[in-house]
Amino acid sequence: MSRRPYNRPMSKTTWYMRNSRYKVYVLRELTSFLVAFYSFLTIAALAALASDSAEVWNGFLASQQSTGMVIFHGLALLYFLFYQTFPWFKLAPKAMPIQLGEKKLPDIFIIFGHYVAWVVASAIIFWLAGVI
Amino acid sequence: MAIAKKSVIWLLFAAGGTLTAFVFPALIVLFLLVATGNVPEGLQFEQFHAFAASWLGKACLFIVLFLSLWHAAHRLRVVAHDFGIRKDALVASAVYTVAAIGSVLTAFYLIGIA
Repeated sequence: MSRRPYNRPMSKTTWYMRNSRYKVYVLRELTSFLVAFYSFLTIAALAALASDSAEVWNGFLASQQSTGMVIFHGLALLYFLFYQTFPWFKLAPKAMPIQLGEKKLPDIFIIFGHYVAWVVASAIIFWLAGVI
Repeated sequence: MAIAKKSVIWLLFAAGGTLTAFVFPALIVLFLLVATGNVPEGLQFEQFHAFAASWLGKACLFIVLFLSLWHAAHRLRVVAHDFGIRKDALVASAVYTVAAIGSVLTAFYLIGIA
């Protein structure tokens, strides 16, 4: 019979508070709430659009206009950039290393490529939306 | 079978994560502009309706929403575990059901825009 193994006491709900790396990990995972929120907000917009009525659509747009929502979107944007977009780009060379013969393409090129692609993708979206 | 299922979920998570990283900052900025009352021209009824009515527009909107929903579902499942909820089967069916409902609603509304 083996001895009872030692189990280090660990909280199931606050374990990530003991280490800053764990905290950052949990903060990254929490961006999924924003993804879910904006996905369903966009679906709500599509529902208004599917009514085929400019009045319903303008009603939806008007319902989104408030100081609270301006602050919320502003904070959400910063949080999303620093805990989803930038970490995802930083991780890219580890997830998809590019082999060139014997050598690997340096991480910085892959990361930089992602930033360039991000600027281009954002520009296309803003162009489609008529912002630029 | 378990491995095959996991790889599909992982693929949706990774593809959705990449897509949200690229697209969501711009999407949030658009909602921010709407919230301030400066509705961009492309989001006026006529223009946005025409975009969503086109096949390219429908495809873009569906792919973005579909992958984002499944990315969020998978990550929320992990979040539940991280915050001490150990009923994984229940959590998994809940989050994936919501993602499936969102996907169906997206398709339903997009088909309705003609």
